[in-house]
Amino acid sequence: MTADTEPDRLAAAALPPLDAAEAGKLRRARIDRIARWALPAVVMIATIAGWQWYVDAYQVPHYILPGPDRVVAALLQDWPTLWPALLVTLQITLGALVIATIGGVGLAVLFAQSKWVEMSFFPYAVILQVTPVIVIAPLIFIYVPSKIVGLLICAWIVAFFPILSNTTLGLNSADHNLRNLFQLYGASRWQTLWHLRLPSALPYFLGGLKIAGGLSLIGAIVAEFVAGTGGLGSGLAFKILEASYRLNIPRMFAAIVLISLTGIVIFASLSILSHLMLRRWHESAIKRDG
Amino acid sequence: MTLASSPLAGEAAGTVVSLQNVSKTFSNATVALKDMSLSIRQGEFVSLLGPSGCGKSTALRIVAGLSSPSAGRLVWPGERPGQKDHDISFVFQEPTLMPWATVFANVHLPLKLKGESARVARDRVMEALEMVGLEGFAESYPRELSGGMKMRVSIARALVTKPKLLLMDEPFAALDEITRFRLNNDLLRLWEEFGWTVVFVTHSVFESVYLSNRIVIMAARPGRVVADLDVDAPYPRGEEFRTSHLYSDHCRRASDALQAAMAGEAPDA
Repeated sequence: MTADTEPDRLAAAALPPLDAAEAGKLRRARIDRIARWALPAVVMIATIAGWQWYVDAYQVPHYILPGPDRVVAALLQDWPTLWPALLVTLQITLGALVIATIGGVGLAVLFAQSKWVEMSFFPYAVILQVTPVIVIAPLIFIYVPSKIVGLLICAWIVAFFPILSNTTLGLNSADHNLRNLFQLYGASRWQTLWHLRLPSALPYFLGGLKIAGGLSLIGAIVAEFVAGTGGLGSGLAFKILEASYRLNIPRMFAAIVLISLTGIVIFASLSILSHLMLRRWHESAIKRDG
Repeated sequence: MTLASSPLAGEAAGTVVSLQNVSKTFSNATVALKDMSLSIRQGEFVSLLGPSGCGKSTALRIVAGLSSPSAGRLVWPGERPGQKDHDISFVFQEPTLMPWATVFANVHLPLKLKGESARVARDRVMEALEMVGLEGFAESYPRELSGGMKMRVSIARALVTKPKLLLMDEPFAALDEITRFRLNNDLLRLWEEFGWTVVFVTHSVFESVYLSNRIVIMAARPGRVVADLDVDAPYPRGEEFRTSHLYSDHCRRASDALQAAMAGEAPDA
């Protein structure tokens, strides 16, 4: 029996020459690859240069708008205070992301096991999501004695919903015929969940996780603003508050830069994780011709 | 009924399963099947042939246990009462593979669900892949395969449990004709070699005549059996059978029966 495939198509040793259209396609693809990182880099350099020029040319006072040079100087000079604060914020963010993942996936699996449970509780998950965390946070800090726990709860509230709703959608979107097949072979509820519904939900879950990563950072920062207490174990948000009281604008900018970089790193890591987990089989991770 | 040169020729062919006055009414008041009786005998290759809406897929799903009859019953003579596990396999119109799993893991699935680890089941999985000519693709993912190869994987998965009854729901309808002919021939070769019982749902007169030794013709509204024809042509059947007079005679008989069944119906297409 001959297998009906064509993997040897590209292995043909002597390729006939490309026509103009195909050659152009190849050239454009090459240019695109370079432009993808070169263009944003050019925009960033131009923005920083323009900013520096504006501050110098109009002699803007540094307590109103510091130039990029002063921001970089503040970043280096204040590193001993900013670094520990970054670690605190990072701890809260990652802690919240972990419990949002466990909580979101756990609830989604629970919902998937019983339509009744889903019908009963899903609306409350939505209510929790649409109520701005900044108005719930003060209450949480009244009822929860530990500041760390309060911060984690706030960040969790913001971050868990995209994971819950995406994973619920994913668990319910397992292929209908595959479900029939599992039924036909007498699969238990647990086997169906583990071998069919969870793998089907994986791309949806990873999409939710990418959103939740950014949201848990936002949740952590917002909660720190509300908690507002200084001293040992205060995060980047408190450093921003503190610097604004002292009109230390360069330090505010430095802290903002750190927060943005953290967000970028989180997003990039989760994107890489997602790509690694899906690259063998999912459409989203597969490159195609044409 | 004649089983020409099938492996079971000469044996007293027992009944594998029979539908007795089976009806199916859906909750939206559609009568998918009305009073259908049909016995599937061991070693037969039976095609259920009919227009869309005639209940042929519903009948197949009832035999598979994926749907329950509203009235009538399903009898499995060779099995003890109350037995849930009927030792059957199902091939859908789509390949219905798990995209996240390799070809090996997809074919291993029915055995895994019965608790057999990949190590224990390895030989049987490879044997099933060999039957469909895909032994070299065990570690490939479904997306790397053509439509015809995916269907082969689907068939290998159905064969890996060595089922007593193989149910196929228009398995080749989505494939191009050349691939379909090739899979037809491979399926027939395997059927002759292993002698399973096959129930094959199709809407193609030509395919049903080429493959089966018995054609059950069904009509729609309500879904029912209108004719039961034997295809009295010897196996093995090859490409020369497709061009023979015997083949065209049988096609005409089946076609006429189908036309007669559909006469008087309002055209719906």
